[in-house]
Amino acid sequence: MQTSVSVRDLSLNFGSVKVLENLSLDVGQGEFLVLLGPSGCGKSTLLNCLAGLLDISAGQIFISGKNVTWEEPKDRGIGMVFQSYALYPQMTVERNLSFGLRVARMPAAEIAQRVQRASDILQIGPLLDRKPGQLSGGQRQRVAIGRALVRDVDVFLFDEPLSNLDAKLRAELRVEIKRLHQRLKNTMIYVTHDQIEAMTLADRIAIMRDGIIQQMDDPHTIYNKPVNLFVAGFIGSPPMNFLKGKLEAGSVKIDGTSVSLKGYDFTKSMEGADIVVGVRPEHIAIGEDSRKMPVTMEGDIEIVEPMGSDTIAWTKIGAQPLTFRAAAEIHLVPGQKVAFGFDPARVSVFDAASGVRV
Amino acid sequence: MTADTYAATGAQPAMAGTKADAATGPSGPRPKRISPGRIGIYCFLIIVAAFFCVPLYVMLVTSFKAMPEVREAHLFNLPREWTIDPWIKAWNSACTGRDCTGLAPGFLNSVKIAVPSVFISIIVASLNGYALTFWRYKGAEVLFNLLVFGAFVPYQVLVYPIIIGLREMHLFATLPGIIIVHTVFGMPILTLLFRNYYSSIPLEIFKAARIDGAGFWQTYFRVMLPLSVPITTVAVILQVTGIWNDFLFGLVFAGKDNIPMTLQLNNIVKTTFGTVEYDVNMAATILTALVPLAIYFISGKWFVRGIAAGAVKG
Ligand SMILES: Nc1ncnc2c1ncn2[C@@H]1O[C@H](COP(=O)(O)OP(=O)(O)O)[C@@H](O)[C@H]1O
Ligand SMILES: [Mg+2]
Repeated sequence: MQTSVSVRDLSLNFGSVKVLENLSLDVGQGEFLVLLGPSGCGKSTLLNCLAGLLDISAGQIFISGKNVTWEEPKDRGIGMVFQSYALYPQMTVERNLSFGLRVARMPAAEIAQRVQRASDILQIGPLLDRKPGQLSGGQRQRVAIGRALVRDVDVFLFDEPLSNLDAKLRAELRVEIKRLHQRLKNTMIYVTHDQIEAMTLADRIAIMRDGIIQQMDDPHTIYNKPVNLFVAGFIGSPPMNFLKGKLEAGSVKIDGTSVSLKGYDFTKSMEGADIVVGVRPEHIAIGEDSRKMPVTMEGDIEIVEPMGSDTIAWTKIGAQPLTFRAAAEIHLVPGQKVAFGFDPARVSVFDAASGVRV
Repeated sequence: MTADTYAATGAQPAMAGTKADAATGPSGPRPKRISPGRIGIYCFLIIVAAFFCVPLYVMLVTSFKAMPEVREAHLFNLPREWTIDPWIKAWNSACTGRDCTGLAPGFLNSVKIAVPSVFISIIVASLNGYALTFWRYKGAEVLFNLLVFGAFVPYQVLVYPIIIGLREMHLFATLPGIIIVHTVFGMPILTLLFRNYYSSIPLEIFKAARIDGAGFWQTYFRVMLPLSVPITTVAVILQVTGIWNDFLFGLVFAGKDNIPMTLQLNNIVKTTFGTVEYDVNMAATILTALVPLAIYFISGKWFVRGIAAGAVKG
């Protein structure tokens, strides 16, 4: 795959504060990359560097094969969509869309045609004469996307575009962005702290923490084979169970209970070391189904949380809490004894000292 | 107990209280009562209003009386015979020393001083505020702190050095000289005003403009300036009032040919031939105060409209 955006050893400081350090990144042509991480980890900063809105301290940025490190934002072939929409309040929607084109002194006919196309794609035709103040949040964000669209660029940058919307609109617009990507097939880099957005939209997800990319993989790999404890804990809701124990002869000893890890694909020998076993709540089977699992146990139900579509319940292995996700039809009550089991091939094992997957 | 249960399930809400309570208990909007505190506040406001209004009233009625009637010294009486002669005299024939030209030339001078000063100072200050907020160039912080400091320097301290400076530039006692002085002295407070206003505009709007390819000037004129209507109105009120009412700078820097209306007024009031013409003096004073008042009433409305329209929200 041809690369569309590539970042080489990028560093950025605000005064003495190092936000990004030696960050490198390659995004393929037409790829949808999601930058995911907790608030303040430097996602927006990275995006602003790509857009040319921040002067970088070191490194290089290439977009569509061109070194744009010193280029102005407008010359980088990017369009950007912001969390707060950032529409020009005093201009109509039509003027908002065409502002960049008018600044570039494009012929009126071409401007009209581009605005027409964008408003068709985003179905904002009836709104063209309104001011942003007269639009709903969802409509405003659509216009903001339209503003990037009319620029006819190779790369779209999104900075938490859905964070200001309510849950229902967010879900709707998410699908729309996905549809847009399938239709336009251009490169999109999308910043969010919402893992659902990341999982549903991304071709690849880059998980960031403190300015460092922890793991960059497709959503399936990120979910099933997290490279470290941070990634494992960040992705998944309810979060992955972490069970601390010692590895002894292919089994892990968790507070006195020995649990076999036969079938897990160790990348290095950890015999005798302290490890953390990560088990996803949805990978735990209970009742009848648990008998088919290579590892089975029993425990008392402590808390039950019915979600409607399914039920989350808490139990324990030794003194360590364990949550699992059960089908909604299974009736669980606190205090009840339940049999549960899982497949060691699907768990993740981390070195307790370094937090790295082994 | 049972009543609670009913209320909770909503099955029989009427049973929540006893029947008598439901019939006579509070319902609908709470009746408004005037508390002693409120009475106190109104009394205070009325007294304060009277304190400012009574002199104004006396001035107004006096200005419409002829001198014989003024001499009767019935301060609060309405004029028996209304006359606008004092106003006409104040405007075009009251004497200052040997010249009997009235206030008119002073008015013209004040316009010549105020219009360019207000215009230039606001344009420059809004540019300053814009640059300080969005283009964080090197030294911007220092410059801003200096400006804020400037807002606290007493004018009188600077009068002499500025006289010398202007004299060296051959601008002392000229129209451009006084305009420069007003522009410079308006700068700190106006810049502060505009910077704070621009700080309230989301930075992302500025970023969006940069991505759209707008540079320093285009972002200013096409994006930020149209958003600045409310704060510009405030600045206009501030500057017109300040410059129109100015006496000190006019006295020192304007020069004989450009003396502003306030100075002219002062000269008229001070010039007497035998009797003090109270009626003319009152009319002249009100005439001088009319411009800031008018500005306030006209643009104050715009100001409120600008805020209400939520010009920045978007
Ligand atoms: N203009 C700035 N000056 C100083 N520090 C900043 C500035 N912008 C962001 N930071 C810091 O950089 C870090 C990363 O910020 P940001 O990229 O906005 O995080 P995210 O978008 O991932 O929430 C934060 O710790 C923030 O405090
Ligand atoms: Mg951010």
